[in-house]
Amino acid sequence: MARPLVSIPKSVRRGDIFDIRILIAHPMESGQRRDDSGRAIPREIINRFICTYGGEEVFRAEFFPAIAANPFLTFSVRAVETGMIVMTWTDDLGASQFESAEIIVT
Amino acid sequence: MRRRMLIAGAALLALPPASARATKPEVAAAIRALTGGAPLRQGRIKLDIPLLVENGNAVALSVTVPEAPPEAARIRSIHIFAESNPNPNVINAFFGPRSGRPGLSTRIRLATSQTMIAVAACADGSFWTDSVELLVTLAACLDEV
Repeated sequence: MARPLVSIPKSVRRGDIFDIRILIAHPMESGQRRDDSGRAIPREIINRFICTYGGEEVFRAEFFPAIAANPFLTFSVRAVETGMIVMTWTDDLGASQFESAEIIVT
Repeated sequence: MRRRMLIAGAALLALPPASARATKPEVAAAIRALTGGAPLRQGRIKLDIPLLVENGNAVALSVTVPEAPPEAARIRSIHIFAESNPNPNVINAFFGPRSGRPGLSTRIRLATSQTMIAVAACADGSFWTDSVELLVTLAACLDEV
């Protein structure tokens, strides 16, 4: 799978709120479409997304087929301490992928 | 005459409240499962989505909280429903204590013109909602490959 595009600031001041944006390459097959011969194409979407910061969960989402192909997500986090931001997502086949970045809090 | 009035009165009583009347049963049931029957109030959250959608395959949607409620009533989760999609659930988002502003933005699929509903669950047990009625000119979901 292609790597996702992620936008996380490198450093922030303690107490500030910053945005995380992520764009994941994924077809998000809804299960509603049919191929040329009329057979239903099975659903295959990313269904879970979790973001942790310093080991603590900050944001979690359950996706449904209504999320567009190549899911894009923005949410915000409060800067507490220097630490790792780890985002993990899982698809219907059980495959997991993650992306991480360190954020420096000054 | 009196009997007719009684019948009219009974019919009025049988009508669901205005907020529930507009909602499709499937979505109303999903919201009830979420709130456990607690009342839904208008406000606290705002659903931002174009009112006229040209392409239902990727529609920018965001939910914002214009004024953050006090810590005791912080927003724990936000749930979004598209009434007339094949599966009305769109996304459920949960916010931890380290989350910044509650809220999110993403891109969604819309099958047809419909009403979108957002529900926020607060830590004090209250539930808040916002909805938007929109028009879709090109639908998603049902296209051939």
